[in-house]
Amino acid sequence: MSQANVHSNGQLPPQPERATLEGRNKITGFWLFLGGETVLFGTLFGAYFTLRNQTLNGPTPQELFELPLIALATLILLTSSLFSVFAVQAMHRNDLGKTRMWLGLTVLLGLSFLALEIYEFVHYVSLGHKFHSSAFGSSFYALVGFHGAHVAFGIGWLTLIFLQLKRKGLTTVTAPKVYLASLYWHYVDVIWVFIFSLVYLLGKVAG
Amino acid sequence: MANAHAVKRYRGIMDWLTTVDHKKIGKLYFGAGAFFFLLGGIEALLMRIQLMYPMFDFVSGQTFNELLTMHGTTMIFLAAMPLVFGFMNAVVPLQIGARDVAFPFANALGFWTFFFGGLLLNLSWFTGGAPDVGWTAYVPLATEPYSTRGVDYYSIGLQIAGIGTLLNGINFLATIINMRAPGMSFMRMPLFTWTTFVTSALILFAFPAFGIGIMLLTFDRLFNANFFDIAMGGNAVLWQHIFWIFGHPEVYILILPAFGIISEVVSTFSRKRLFGYSSMVFATALIGFLGFMVWAHHMFTVGLGPVANALFGVATMLIAIPTGIKVFNWIFTMWGGKIRFTTAMTFAAAFIPSFVMGGVTGVMLAVPPADFQYHDTYFVVGHFHYTIVGGVVFGLLAGTFYWWPKMFGKKLNEKLGQITFWTFFVGFHLTFFIQHFLGLWGMPRRVYTYLEGQGWDLPNYVSTIGAFLMAISTVVLLINVVITTIKGEKAEADPWDGRTLEWSIASPPPEYNFKQIPLVRGLDAFWKEKMEGKKEMTPAEPLQPIHMPGPSILPFMMSLGLFILGYGIIYHRYEFDNAFLGMLFNSKFVAILGAVIFFGCMALRSLFDDPGYHIEVEELQEKEVRA
Repeated sequence: MSQANVHSNGQLPPQPERATLEGRNKITGFWLFLGGETVLFGTLFGAYFTLRNQTLNGPTPQELFELPLIALATLILLTSSLFSVFAVQAMHRNDLGKTRMWLGLTVLLGLSFLALEIYEFVHYVSLGHKFHSSAFGSSFYALVGFHGAHVAFGIGWLTLIFLQLKRKGLTTVTAPKVYLASLYWHYVDVIWVFIFSLVYLLGKVAG
Repeated sequence: MANAHAVKRYRGIMDWLTTVDHKKIGKLYFGAGAFFFLLGGIEALLMRIQLMYPMFDFVSGQTFNELLTMHGTTMIFLAAMPLVFGFMNAVVPLQIGARDVAFPFANALGFWTFFFGGLLLNLSWFTGGAPDVGWTAYVPLATEPYSTRGVDYYSIGLQIAGIGTLLNGINFLATIINMRAPGMSFMRMPLFTWTTFVTSALILFAFPAFGIGIMLLTFDRLFNANFFDIAMGGNAVLWQHIFWIFGHPEVYILILPAFGIISEVVSTFSRKRLFGYSSMVFATALIGFLGFMVWAHHMFTVGLGPVANALFGVATMLIAIPTGIKVFNWIFTMWGGKIRFTTAMTFAAAFIPSFVMGGVTGVMLAVPPADFQYHDTYFVVGHFHYTIVGGVVFGLLAGTFYWWPKMFGKKLNEKLGQITFWTFFVGFHLTFFIQHFLGLWGMPRRVYTYLEGQGWDLPNYVSTIGAFLMAISTVVLLINVVITTIKGEKAEADPWDGRTLEWSIASPPPEYNFKQIPLVRGLDAFWKEKMEGKKEMTPAEPLQPIHMPGPSILPFMMSLGLFILGYGIIYHRYEFDNAFLGMLFNSKFVAILGAVIFFGCMALRSLFDDPGYHIEVEELQEKEVRA
């Protein structure tokens, strides 16, 4: 171990994620990465808005979307984002137990969101709205599914951090990981807000 | 810290496979880029031979289509960009006074994903035909019934290589933002660092669009999606928009670093500070910004309407302004300077008129009514080769001669360099100048042959002769490299009387670059010290142990995983004759194996932190004495 992450008195610096150059680099780099992610999702949104009226003989957005279910999913994901904030706050208090607890709860809510999304997709398929049934289908599943894949990746990432924190504890090496995973989780959440408004709400009011 | 040397250090091939040192990764990029440059060059020569005579049958039409696709794709994604990345890796950390890039591990990952992506793409030659739809892969031509399986190699190979490009963009942005030496403010950064910065920003915001584009193409081809299938409600123009929103910034991604190289070379060999430094920085940023506003000038004939065409036409012409600023600044830098015409400087001087000609035809093409005449003719081929060969390649060749001593510790032979220059310069203009006229005389691009008696016979013949001259030039350069490597003189630290920080340390630099991080006191930091009679930079820190990142095989393994995953996807529903292969691929076993390797290595990287190692003060002093 390099001496930078060894703290004889067990104290972390006030902002442990920014205490080392590696940590600061990771935060800068990750914000930049999120900029690139925005273009990824922006392109998928562009494709969706170009193609969303091409439903052929399949169901239209108005017929498909059931807002109560989507609202529940939204509530779950937004709450999970709040929990990841609590995790970072606990980390800043150098409270390993609470950090892990909030991370664990974030993962649980993420899993519930994913379960709802899978249920939703299965339901749509049973109504004849498939990936290959129309251009609307392709662009819908590409956009929302890409977000779902981000959620799934985030769950794996947060779980990995949840597990390694037990062994490694909170150090200036692990702190940036918690911070970045939380940043990622917020980002995935923000994208969902756009999907919720632009795909589901707008799909309900304007076909 | 007592156990600082516990880390294993590899030798030989394992050293290259596991390295995270930006200088070695720079060499890997440079070598792989040069290899693909030769490959793309051979493809170009084969095409030029086919077009040498009317109704010639040197290659078939199908082969010609594959050659033209692979020539464009290889040259842009697998030759020009890696060569640019090679210089960025080799030079930028040195220019800003850093010990490495911000993410050494991701840097290695970036190289290996590029390498395996390029390998995958080129393996298509041996598995039923390379992509045959042009580097732009327009739909519906690029969708299933109209093209070969090569297009799957195109979309998946470039997807894998694109991951590396994106990582590089992020890496250099973070490096330049966070890792500049004390005193190295943004407005003291050398121009090559500035252009790297802006290019990296372009990569960050342009490449994801392409990534999504080829992902959608893959979905259409291999997973029955309907993005571009008009019968199912898809939209062919959508592809063109996505492609060119990426594609136009892409050409600035190539040319801006070349601008940076030219700025360094012109300033060094004129023994003058770069004229109009701040306007150069401004122009670079402005070109990067405008580069995102002009994509539809590739689509004037699609039918977007006169308003859209006019707006995109005017926006395109605007780019001529910052580019003009640059051109005049280079000329004013040379004006009154004490010019030394080394090979690097000769290429830089020849770059200016050559690139300006490409720029002028660019403005001609930006006029929509005129573009309807030029569209899809050899005029366009002439135009973009003047910008990419007369611009990017001249810049890269200038950079090769300029930074070779720093990268490899030996100076390239100047006499052979002059032969390379003259054959390349004459060959280039011979090949491409006449192509403008071929276009005006009506020859369409991307045709594999033509009938005689249309006035195209002689110009095509001339053009092919020019291509051979460029081939000779490349061979001379290769001979130069071999001779220099075998018996070249060792280069001193500062062979050109340079101005920027990379010349203040040994050639090639030690693994930690700077024994002590230098203190930067102005633009052209090293020159400033030299002018005050000092031999080296003032250190900004005491002599202390240097922490280095440990080597890792994981970047290689992750890229291998992506490669296997890519193969698994391409053949996931292919009907094999061999039952065993069929079982492996159709059960998705291969794809899942690749994904498991990739994500598994990612998890390993997260679970096992890299402690790195320290280079102790005694070792630093020992190396100093030996040098």
